Amino acid sequence: MSVPVEPVVQLVPALVDLPFREGYVSSIVYVSLYVSLISVGLSTVFSVPVAVVLGFSEFPGKRFVKSVINTGMGFPSVVVGLVVLFVVSNQGPLGALELIFTKQAMIMSQFVLATPPITAISLAAITGVDDDVRDAARVLGGTRLDAALVVLKEARYGIATAVLAGFGRAISEVGSVLIVGGNITGADGISKTRTLTTAIQLEARQGQYETAMVLGAVLVALVLTVNAVVVRFGDQGVR
Amino acid sequence: MPIHRRGVLTAIGTGTLAGLAGCSGTESSEEEDAAPASVSGETLTLTTTTSTYDTGLLDEIHGDFEEMYGVTVDAVAQGTGAALESARNGDSDVVMVHARGLEDEFMRNGYGVNRRDLMFNDFVIVGPEDDPAGISGMGSATDALTTVADAEATFVSRGDNSGTHTKELNLWEAAGTEPGGDWYQETGTGMGEALNVANQQSAYTLSDRGTFISQRSEIDLTILVQGPIEGGPEILSNPYGIMAVNPGVHENTNYDLAMAYIGWITSPGAQEAISEYQMEGEQLFFPEAVSEDPDFQQYVPEGWSSESSDE
Repeated sequence: MSVPVEPVVQLVPALVDLPFREGYVSSIVYVSLYVSLISVGLSTVFSVPVAVVLGFSEFPGKRFVKSVINTGMGFPSVVVGLVVLFVVSNQGPLGALELIFTKQAMIMSQFVLATPPITAISLAAITGVDDDVRDAARVLGGTRLDAALVVLKEARYGIATAVLAGFGRAISEVGSVLIVGGNITGADGISKTRTLTTAIQLEARQGQYETAMVLGAVLVALVLTVNAVVVRFGDQGVR
Repeated sequence: MPIHRRGVLTAIGTGTLAGLAGCSGTESSEEEDAAPASVSGETLTLTTTTSTYDTGLLDEIHGDFEEMYGVTVDAVAQGTGAALESARNGDSDVVMVHARGLEDEFMRNGYGVNRRDLMFNDFVIVGPEDDPAGISGMGSATDALTTVADAEATFVSRGDNSGTHTKELNLWEAAGTEPGGDWYQETGTGMGEALNVANQQSAYTLSDRGTFISQRSEIDLTILVQGPIEGGPEILSNPYGIMAVNPGVHENTNYDLAMAYIGWITSPGAQEAISEYQMEGEQLFFPEAVSEDPDFQQYVPEGWSSESSDE
């Protein structure tokens, strides 16, 4: 699986002057985007159908399921990191796959972190669509699936917000990716599992607060860009 | 995918050996590349302390090793306690830390093998230039700490089970003083952050010399009690050791490469590279692996002696 972020990544270091080796900043931006986009993508594919099913059905215990999801939005990331560490560690159930200190492990923990907000906000958006829309779709001879698609279309802004919330959670996350990813950069200065957030943490640990701030600005710019792109796509979909 | 690489290479190796032994080497035919097993392309996971990584030493010297063997070194900077715990869980292949007591426990529990003394620097007690507790120039680290405690001058502790934290706790114990109270602050952070916290609060702290030198230009703290490198007390010495994770405990550890790494980093060439590594014109680490004289204590827990050999 590859993410077409390389061209974007190339631009970033050109904008700022940092005391790092060539390729370092772009490689950590790449790792940040790679891990966050894949985890949010997987999370969206999982969460939206779950939200649709929850939104379209009534069953005992639904309220409980919703409150579990809402609680999940507040999972502390370090706890998620510890749980994922336990799972992927050599001694853990997935130990044989040797996922510890890899991007895959980071994607796992970000998936766990991004899924509750995406599900909960999507569900709220779907529930918020007027019942008349749903009824109209059925009256006009649509199947349940047609009705679901119509509702999804109506709820697209809310779902886009959900995805952005999930992305925000994933890319700004430090604790769990530090634990399961190991914050590794090769001797050649190219990041393997170092993200913008863990790079900031490393600079702060060394007392290099200025470079930490610059990296923080890069992170904010990145999040703004992704948000702008998503909002723009959302607008194009109207009418 | 890197996931099954070790397994595949092990299979290749096993297959090749089986073939050499005259057995039918069917396993090796699964792989087109049935050449003699090579470490090339493998990844070595090294868990280590923040001081070796944050000073930039490892990035500086690892290029040679990676080139020589065609491998990648993943250095994970965690602090001594966490680095040993990762190794204990089988999540790293080799571990480079600086707390002999914890290293010895690691070896006694069977997790670590082939320990070598690697290099040393020393700890220094740093504090604000006006030195409110008046410890400047004291010849005894324990007296200095007792003085700080008596004056209730702010002291910043790492509080993170790192090598430096372990040393600090040992010093308090040796001083016979139980630190505690408002003046004693555990930050739970790396050395760089701890130095900054101490700097903000005009507090005292214990630092390894390397990290202090690398940060000296950014902070107002100064060395008040020197370590043994500058003639200070021996108790402030800071030796680094390196150990391979025991393949008898964790069979999928990359033991071959771990030993290649230990061999390389204790070799005269790499040891010289360590001694040549400077920051702000000062040498940060002093190699001690290459020696004319035998030093058996580096291989075993400190003070260990075989019961059968009564000396």
